[in-house]
Amino acid sequence: MKARIKFSKTGSMRFIGHLDVMRYFQKAFLRADIKVSYSQGFSPHPLMSFTSPLGIGLSSDAEYMDITLEESDIPSVMIDKINSVMNDEIRVNGFSFLKDTAKPSMSVLAACDYIIAVKPEHTSQLANKEFIKKRLDDFIKQDKIEILKKTKKSEKITDIRGSIYHISDNIKDFVKMTGHDYDKSSINEMCLPILYCQLSAGSVVNLKPEVVLEALCNYSGIEYNSSVYQIHRLEMYADADGQLIPMSHYEEN
Amino acid sequence: MRKLALSDEILLSIEKPARYIGGEINMVVKNPKDVAIRFCMCFPDVYEIGMSHLGIQILYDMFNKRDDIYCERVYSPWPDLDSIMRRDNIPLFALESQQPVKDFDFLGITLQYEMCYTNILQILDLSGIALNAKDRTNADPFVIGGGPCAYNPEPIADFFDMFYIGEGETAYYKLMDKYKEWKSSEKDRLDFLKMAAAIPGIYVPQFYNVSYNEDGTLKEFNPTVYEAAKTVVKQVELDMSETYYPQKPLVPYIKATQDRVVLEIQRGCIRGCRFCQAGMIYRPIRPRSLDFLKKHAKTMLKATGYNEITLSSLSSSDYKELPELVYWLMDEFKDKKINIALPSLRIDAFALDVMSKIQDVRKSSLTFAPEAGTQRMRNVINKGLSEEEILNGAMDAFLGGWNRVKLYFMLGLPGETYDDVEGIAILSDKIAREYYTIPKEKRNGRVNIVTSTSIFVPKPFTPFQWAPMDTKEEAAKKRDFLLSKVREQLNARSIKYNCHDEDVSELEGVFARGDRKLCSVIRQAYENGCMFDAWTEYFCYDKWIDAFKDKNVDMEFYIRREREEDEIFPWDFIDIGVTKEFMFKEYLNSKAEIVTPNCREKCAGCGAAKFNCGVCVEKRN
Ligand code: SF4
Ligand code: SF4
Repeated sequence: MKARIKFSKTGSMRFIGHLDVMRYFQKAFLRADIKVSYSQGFSPHPLMSFTSPLGIGLSSDAEYMDITLEESDIPSVMIDKINSVMNDEIRVNGFSFLKDTAKPSMSVLAACDYIIAVKPEHTSQLANKEFIKKRLDDFIKQDKIEILKKTKKSEKITDIRGSIYHISDNIKDFVKMTGHDYDKSSINEMCLPILYCQLSAGSVVNLKPEVVLEALCNYSGIEYNSSVYQIHRLEMYADADGQLIPMSHYEEN
Repeated sequence: MRKLALSDEILLSIEKPARYIGGEINMVVKNPKDVAIRFCMCFPDVYEIGMSHLGIQILYDMFNKRDDIYCERVYSPWPDLDSIMRRDNIPLFALESQQPVKDFDFLGITLQYEMCYTNILQILDLSGIALNAKDRTNADPFVIGGGPCAYNPEPIADFFDMFYIGEGETAYYKLMDKYKEWKSSEKDRLDFLKMAAAIPGIYVPQFYNVSYNEDGTLKEFNPTVYEAAKTVVKQVELDMSETYYPQKPLVPYIKATQDRVVLEIQRGCIRGCRFCQAGMIYRPIRPRSLDFLKKHAKTMLKATGYNEITLSSLSSSDYKELPELVYWLMDEFKDKKINIALPSLRIDAFALDVMSKIQDVRKSSLTFAPEAGTQRMRNVINKGLSEEEILNGAMDAFLGGWNRVKLYFMLGLPGETYDDVEGIAILSDKIAREYYTIPKEKRNGRVNIVTSTSIFVPKPFTPFQWAPMDTKEEAAKKRDFLLSKVREQLNARSIKYNCHDEDVSELEGVFARGDRKLCSVIRQAYENGCMFDAWTEYFCYDKWIDAFKDKNVDMEFYIRREREEDEIFPWDFIDIGVTKEFMFKEYLNSKAEIVTPNCREKCAGCGAAKFNCGVCVEKRN
């Protein structure tokens, strides 16, 4: 049977890359005696896949992984079983069964929510309430937000305005915009949230929050320094006929 | 949330930040304030290498069993972090508590190979601990070395307060108890070193006076305090089934070199190859019981979640109950997709059966380590592996579907002639010829032979400790000669030849049998910028040569001489059980090309029987 696991990743685990998180879960499942199905062949590998890898340094409340299981308990038991062999900084907070026909989550990913916060012992002009309010209003009113995309081979100007679905400087307004109910975030309490945004994600346009932040900084005339900010993923959504549905509820059985 | 020693900024700017954050699965968490002794265990190389080392895992587990000790770990910061730590004055920290190493009571450094010596200085330097033991104060930890290179600790004697000679499982608790006694007595540093020196197996270099003859050889090596013994006896774990072994080994987040459960099935080796130090210093061979191994395999796999287990030993085929153990493992874990790795296995019917069940025959290769190319030379080194055994083993494997073979040899063995060197090419070719005797339709494509040579380095506590080593030039000449001979073979196109770096081997040769005069050279090389010498990309031969010149030390003296029978060696003060007389007799046997039977065939009376354990007390039938 197929299942989708939702987990958080915080603290020092921010420095573990997604391939290592994959290996971490493989071992955790073996420790917890959870019977994951394996591929066939001489070097069988467990059937599990991540929805969208999280960049090193970012934290998250909502990472998703699809797995195929040989057998399973009810979701609450599974969550406890897995968490009993995990460290404090990667915690499973959701488990749901999927239809057998469910598409892999990475193929239906459409958007992600993020918090952008200022790290302790750092400062940013954006942390000034008045300042950010004013700049953000003007920033988002633009018809086009153009950025220079650099790859190894070429430079290209892209407009990202259409990929910013929602953006706000406070959680209240943001909740109204997205219509989503967020659990208490596990972002480091020492960080000061300054910005909330919902961005296009997935295989068509995958807009990174760092890019939006940098564009806002440039627009506001302040220097962008990536080490000042903590970026934290809040949720991931699938596209269900034009509607965004949190990944944990999509194609549930 | 765990507080990390390094800022996010630094962690995000370096390679593999996971090397420095600790927090691994099964990491032991204690409050440093609640313990009497803080012990920091160090492997002086990069994290992925250090985390793969079984010895540290055993000691980590053993120390942490005691409530009054908190054992933590540290590894060498990679050069990228090294330069940041120097720039920002960040003191080296232990992974568990992320607190400075300097605040610990002990810093234990495991010495696995000579080329890590400058990394020891890096560790001390970054920790803010004085490099020379004599310059340390009560504010510094006691620095203690152990492991195979501690069997000739002299080239690094200045940097250590003490060395532990022998297997860690045996005397460390005693040392810790003495330390607590000393700590509460408020006596000075030297007093503790004296207490330590009185413990069997502990060597405190500064309590020995060394004098030299005019020709540079050792004249005398004598203790200067009452507590220090004239000879330090290696400590041996007598019962390998009633001792410490981790039930819950640490599991790193990033892939370590050894990314699996390691089950040590026995310690020591019965074979007595004359070049092999491990074969001598770990005598006698002591197997662990089958019950012990089964129990630990189960517990460790469960506690780690690894999907692979490797059976570790110097020569697995000499473990009598190996088939029983392997078939049990295969059966017990067949549903869990657990891989079984079996290094150091001799190719025979059992090995092929097991390998065909646990590996993909088409992708895996057969490994042989004949070490020398001709039978004459294999008799010289006492390697009991005949051409017939190799060819038969290879043929059986070829019929079973294998077509890849790896061969390991050494160049520069004592008494080696160019015929012996050519023998390596000929033997490689013979194996390929065997393959092509199989009818074409039964073959699995072309045969693929990889022949590798390393350069022989004479080691202390081996019968070849008297032997000269080849110069770099000779080694290079032999390598080129061998390459040309490989090219002349009928199946030259099926044989790939790999070889080792002569520069590194030369330095290894110097340190292996070095004396205290080398301490200043190593320190100078470190100051010249040498670090991570075991890594080709960082090894800088010229800086080393400068250091030798600066300190006026002649490398030739250590590597080129054939030593006299009665020369006093810098490591003679250590008693490993195996006697110098036995080793010299073996040296003469090697010259006479006489083979000595292994411990199970017939006891050769090497001296290790005095420990009264293992194969020495086994019944022979
Ligand atoms: S078989 Fe020979 S080379 Fe291998 S460990 Fe034993 S003595 Fe050493
Ligand atoms: S005393 Fe005999 S049996 Fe024991 S290790 Fe030495 S040679 Fe082997």
